[in-house]
Amino acid sequence: MHNFEFVKPSSIADAVAALRQEDAQALSGGQTLMPTMKQRLAAPSVLVSLTGIAEMKGIRASGGVVEIGAATTHAEVAAGAGAYPALTALAGNIGDPAVRNRGTIGGSLANNDPAADYPAAALASGATIVTNAREIAADDFFQGLFTTALEEGEIITAVRFPVPERAAYAKFQQPASRFALTGAFVAKTSAGVRVAITGAGEDGVFRWTDAEAALSGNFSAAVLNGLAAPEDGLIGDLHGTPAYRANLVKVMTQRAVAAA
Amino acid sequence: MPKDQGIGASSKRREDVRFLTGRGVYTDDLSLHGQTHAVFVRSTVAHGRIKAIDTAAAAAMPGVLAVFTGEDFKDMGGNPAGWLINSRNGEPMREPKRPVLAHGKVRHVGDAYAAVVAETFQQAKDAAQQLADDSDIEELPAIVDMAAALADSSNRVHDEIPDNQCFDWGWIEDNRAAVDAAIKAAPHVTTLELVNNRLVPNAMEPRASIGEYFPGTGDYKLTTTSQNPHLHRLLIAAFVMGMPENKLTVVAPDVGGGFGSKIYHYGEEAVVLAAAKKLARPVRWTAERSESFLSDAHGRDHVTKIELACEKDGTFIAFRTETMANVGAYLSNFSTATPTFLHGTLMAGPYKVPNVYVNVKTVFTNTAPVDAYRGAGRPEATFSLERVIDKMCRELGLDPFEVRRKNLLTKDMFPYTTPVGLAYDTGDYHATLDKAMAMADVAGFEARRAESAKKGKLRGMGLSTWIEACGIAPSNLVGVLGSRVGLYDAATVRVNATGNISVMTGAHSHGQGHETVFAQIVAEKLGVPEASVEIVHGDTSKIPFGMGSYGSRSLAVCGSAMNRAVDKIIAKGKKIAAHMLEAAEDDITFENGNFSVAGTDKAKSFGEIAFSAYVPHNYPLETLEPGLEETAFYDPANFTYPAGAYICEVEVDPDTGKVDVAAFYCADDFGNVMNPMIVEGQVHGGVGQGIGQALCENTSYDESGQLLSGSYMDYAMPRADDVPFYNVDYSCQTPCTHNPLGVKGCGEAGAIGSPPAVVNAVIDALHRGGHTHVTHIDMPVSPSRVWSAING
Amino acid sequence: MTKVTMTVNGATVSGEVEGRTLLSSFLREGLALTGTHVGCDTSQCGACVVHVDGKAVKSCTAFAVDLDGASVTTIEGMANADGSLGVVQQAFQDHHGLQCGFCTPGMVMSAAALLAENSKPTEAEVRHYLEGNICRCTGYHNIIKAVLAASGQDVSGIAAE
Repeated sequence: MHNFEFVKPSSIADAVAALRQEDAQALSGGQTLMPTMKQRLAAPSVLVSLTGIAEMKGIRASGGVVEIGAATTHAEVAAGAGAYPALTALAGNIGDPAVRNRGTIGGSLANNDPAADYPAAALASGATIVTNAREIAADDFFQGLFTTALEEGEIITAVRFPVPERAAYAKFQQPASRFALTGAFVAKTSAGVRVAITGAGEDGVFRWTDAEAALSGNFSAAVLNGLAAPEDGLIGDLHGTPAYRANLVKVMTQRAVAAA
Repeated sequence: MPKDQGIGASSKRREDVRFLTGRGVYTDDLSLHGQTHAVFVRSTVAHGRIKAIDTAAAAAMPGVLAVFTGEDFKDMGGNPAGWLINSRNGEPMREPKRPVLAHGKVRHVGDAYAAVVAETFQQAKDAAQQLADDSDIEELPAIVDMAAALADSSNRVHDEIPDNQCFDWGWIEDNRAAVDAAIKAAPHVTTLELVNNRLVPNAMEPRASIGEYFPGTGDYKLTTTSQNPHLHRLLIAAFVMGMPENKLTVVAPDVGGGFGSKIYHYGEEAVVLAAAKKLARPVRWTAERSESFLSDAHGRDHVTKIELACEKDGTFIAFRTETMANVGAYLSNFSTATPTFLHGTLMAGPYKVPNVYVNVKTVFTNTAPVDAYRGAGRPEATFSLERVIDKMCRELGLDPFEVRRKNLLTKDMFPYTTPVGLAYDTGDYHATLDKAMAMADVAGFEARRAESAKKGKLRGMGLSTWIEACGIAPSNLVGVLGSRVGLYDAATVRVNATGNISVMTGAHSHGQGHETVFAQIVAEKLGVPEASVEIVHGDTSKIPFGMGSYGSRSLAVCGSAMNRAVDKIIAKGKKIAAHMLEAAEDDITFENGNFSVAGTDKAKSFGEIAFSAYVPHNYPLETLEPGLEETAFYDPANFTYPAGAYICEVEVDPDTGKVDVAAFYCADDFGNVMNPMIVEGQVHGGVGQGIGQALCENTSYDESGQLLSGSYMDYAMPRADDVPFYNVDYSCQTPCTHNPLGVKGCGEAGAIGSPPAVVNAVIDALHRGGHTHVTHIDMPVSPSRVWSAING
Repeated sequence: MTKVTMTVNGATVSGEVEGRTLLSSFLREGLALTGTHVGCDTSQCGACVVHVDGKAVKSCTAFAVDLDGASVTTIEGMANADGSLGVVQQAFQDHHGLQCGFCTPGMVMSAAALLAENSKPTEAEVRHYLEGNICRCTGYHNIIKAVLAASGQDVSGIAAE
């Protein structure tokens, strides 16, 4: 790994200022960034730790909304976001316990790994990504593999999840990495049903709109029996063909509906 | 009442205390005064011609002390293959030189062609990157597929080998015509084409080496992750670096698993020694895991067509196999023995079958070298046999248990010489089959299947009856077969003046628990507490000699040497006791740690005899040397033949293709058991690796020779939640007839017997679930492959 | 270089580190606490797990400089005050939960973290919790057994013949 200057500001303003330096990068839990740096695929000259910023931590629930500070770890969400059980269940199954003790929700969303779990929750829930500069709807936030609407130097400070009437996440693990080979997050609200799929799409997390339409009429696993997820745009790799992933999209969605 | 000490006791492992408190000392844990750090520059292309390497910029970087390329080592010897195999036409195998660092060409992704030594690891890493950037390597078309490699002589891994073939071996060539005729005439022939998937051994401790050179004496020292330090010394001194063996000490301290991958000498070891001499400072290197994936010797990688000829009632008539075995880019030390004498000789299995013929073509490809990995050849043989038998049973509508029963050798048939050249000394294969079936409650399967079906799961049961040859090996036999080394082992038993005992063994423990088990044996035989026996291993300057630990040989071969040395101690003790007790030597008996005059109460304790040997005031100095230390070498008379029956039950989720191992049963015959706890642990570990091979481990190269599964992100290691508790039994014991302990070896069994049991269970589940078009799925039987097979 | 101060196994320690110095390197090279092992470079194997402020953390995936002021416990700090093996360590020896010993420190640290969160885990909970710790020797059987035993549960009926 190349060396870098490490700074750990205690306020969002200081963090944003630090990130204005050349080749500066934000560091949250580091559970993805650090392995990437070991491979020398990332080589920032300044790393700005966001984990010392108190205002970016913690979980607040009120008025049917759960707001989670971006630097809150997966373990803290698993233990503390009880107002949104589907989200706590998801957080409690990210990676492994040691990863959950360091990795953060903001880091996961900003990285937008195509096999990460949180993007599915954010997109299906219609979450709002709060940054130091603005609020971004989840529908606008995810813009392809490892790509988001964040501007250079912009950091996520919190995520707001409206709590659905019913929701669940079903994940089929990639056998080696234990990331999602395919994961489906289903959320039912008075406005309808949203289904977000992670792990399967070449452009990262996406909504399965055909399923949403069917489920909005009848929220049952069986209603999807006759539906097939399109293979177009799905990943084919060592762990599964696009056809296999298309099958998992359907099976995991059905399981999520059944569990919701 | 189980014993709490000695042979047969489940003594707790003494080595655990240091491992559990973080006080083990593995190679990378050592820190030496003045140490420097080596980093290797590895090819990023599978096949390429080295046009130029400009070392100037790297050499000028901060902290850089030395830069090496293949040019610096081109006059050294090659890293040799340990076995010479002749082709069917009598020609010797093609044996390209394996240089310390690649020279002229790079032949696989990860092939090291240069090295940098610097003051710090990070400086070396930076300079290695610079050197990679300054290397001009012309990429050549990669040779990855074995069949294509054999067919295309225009593209060659080694320019001097036109068809990329190392050898074309027939076993036994004299059987060939009879086998062909038997298959032609047989009432039924089942044919199966299968892949035995390439595996990465993945000992959890990555390979590491520290080279030292002492200018004052001209001595070298290599501390390294070795399963056999004397073998490393021999290969480095006599073959590669050309130095007297007595100027090189090889130390293998605590070693974190091997599974075969740490048997072999690798080029990094010679580089750190040469660099240490050049710099007169210690030079250390520890593989990063990504380097291990690219450069450790891999295992398996066979493509096989097997034919089973039989009567309509399932009585075997003949087996015939054609195998392509991948040796990768270079011949690793045992790579030619593994697909031949550790594979072809086992193709009769535990069965009475009159006709067997095996053909193996070994192929060079632009992939990492392939060599022995836990089981080494025997898992490949067992998998082919047990899968084709299972397929035959389905084709003929026969019960797989009954077919095994019909064909297994019976216990009155031993000793039994197989048509592929082995002489099984003893066994009771029906007993282990019966035991496994009782453990697995075969009769209750249907009820369990129905329960699984209620959950939407398909349940299946799979069987394998396996045998292996281990405890390698009789030197005179392996010499005839092409081995370039002897395969005896050695031990020294040193009784110290105060009566405690140091035992120096040629076997090396890297997880097996020798420090505990060997002490149990010595303590039992000498009638002393286990705690007074210390086992010393892993240092060529301390131990007499030894071929090390692999092939389930430690106890059968080195244990026998140790046993023999203890017998010599007892014999000498009797002479001393006879003098001290003023009796005839023939009248001295040794029991429970006491030398006594038969029929009297006159006795001397073992401690008194030891003391007298070192303080020989009252001692027969005219006829007997003082001291009490004996060395013995032991060369076995035969292989040992553990065998057993494994039953696996799986549940398949037809919607996702995921296979869960619901239950696993092992009934093994290991002969006598020295420490039941450790035997069980060995079987657990082997079965865990076998389930890994069967269900998840996939070493995949793409067409350009890039390793797609080069980290734990893509190479699926079995995790705690992938496996069940295993039911292990070893109560069927037919002691080995030719070693003094009656032991057979248990280290590889689990990895040999389990893969076919798992795959047979998956196929069984699919058939019972109505998916009868699925006759085979290649390993790893991953979710996507199962789902694709169901929906194919 | 930056100075960091931590409490490691109860003792206050300080050292100069680069930004990129991993906690695992600080422990192994800076403090000679070589019981913490590094078995991979992708944060998967778990051989390097230690406790940071009481929680299991992969020390190869944490920067030392980020942990200034933290309290760290390593395998060297797990024995009882009198030097005897701690409960989890003793269970691993009693039930042969280790072979080569390389993954063992991380395995013990993860197991201890589990038992701190869940004093009587089920077999499935133990297996799930240890998902991030790879062992190549034991097939996990005796590790799971040892952890269940360390929690005070009766393991005599497990796959017993």
